Amino acid sequence: MTTPTDTIGLMLAVFAASFVECVEAFTIVLAIGLTRSWKAAIVGSIVALVALSATVAVVGVGLGTFVNAAFLQIIVGSLMLVFGLQWLRKAILRSSGLKAIHNEEKIFQEEQEAARQAGNKKHLGLDWFAFVVSFKAVFLEGLEVMFIVITFGVSASKDNPDAMFHASLGALAALPIVIIMGYIARGPLSSVPENALKFTVALVLCTFGVYWSAEGLGYFSPDHTSMEWPGGDWALLALLVLWGIISYVSVKVLRPYHKSRGLHV
Amino acid sequence: MKFIILFFRFWYDFIVGDCWQIALGVVLVLAGGAWLARTQAVTAISIPPIVGGGIVAVVLASLLITSKSKA
Repeated sequence: MTTPTDTIGLMLAVFAASFVECVEAFTIVLAIGLTRSWKAAIVGSIVALVALSATVAVVGVGLGTFVNAAFLQIIVGSLMLVFGLQWLRKAILRSSGLKAIHNEEKIFQEEQEAARQAGNKKHLGLDWFAFVVSFKAVFLEGLEVMFIVITFGVSASKDNPDAMFHASLGALAALPIVIIMGYIARGPLSSVPENALKFTVALVLCTFGVYWSAEGLGYFSPDHTSMEWPGGDWALLALLVLWGIISYVSVKVLRPYHKSRGLHV
Repeated sequence: MKFIILFFRFWYDFIVGDCWQIALGVVLVLAGGAWLARTQAVTAISIPPIVGGGIVAVVLASLLITSKSKA
């Protein structure tokens, strides 16, 4: 049984992940559009979005329909864990100063410089460099969002048959918002608190990742049914708090460590 | 051949990223959990917290390795 709170939570988590990736892709597409060709940049982005949507439909439906429930939890949980832990590690390192903060302004300038120096090959009437760079930017940033949509959508579809639709909606909602913000800013969205957003999404991914992958280990038990956490669903809240404490303490411990050694990143 | 190498390289970079220790750690912890579930060496209810503890240890170890290597 799903509640409106579950649905909103699902959509917000996917929205935040999608928002961060949209900002990163937007920076590159904007640099290419302004320097080379808006037509090729837009066509490249649209083709990438169509390819991503088709992959979500095929992989999402396939996983949800043909895979044993416990085994699905392991696949979904492991993917969430791998992404979540990577994001969390980077967010902790950035917050503590051990890794440089993502700088949209700098990336924008680098992309513009690369675009100016590239050749002028044309295919299908399009500036091929602009098309390929825009396609790659949208497809690669979108691929992470796609995995998050699929993992959240498929997992939540046990209780909510429309979960995949809601997750996709949350992801797609970020796109027009980023475009409008970019239009208003007339430049790369360098003031968006990317690290804070990534931190939040990483905490959610790690929480659900640990929860589902551990439950899914029941597939290897003699009866092939999901494991139970002590406290049932309350374990999710406990895991979220635990990841929050670990992150907070890690940043606090690593920050003076970084300062005392005079590290420059 | 070049395409196959590029294909696998892409997925390696995408899934494993720049910290292979985390990916390896997750695989080892889950493999250990699967072994516990299969052999029933401990009670079923204790397996999820053990796995969770293992994952936390992986993250802390990776942060420690990174901070040491940056120093």
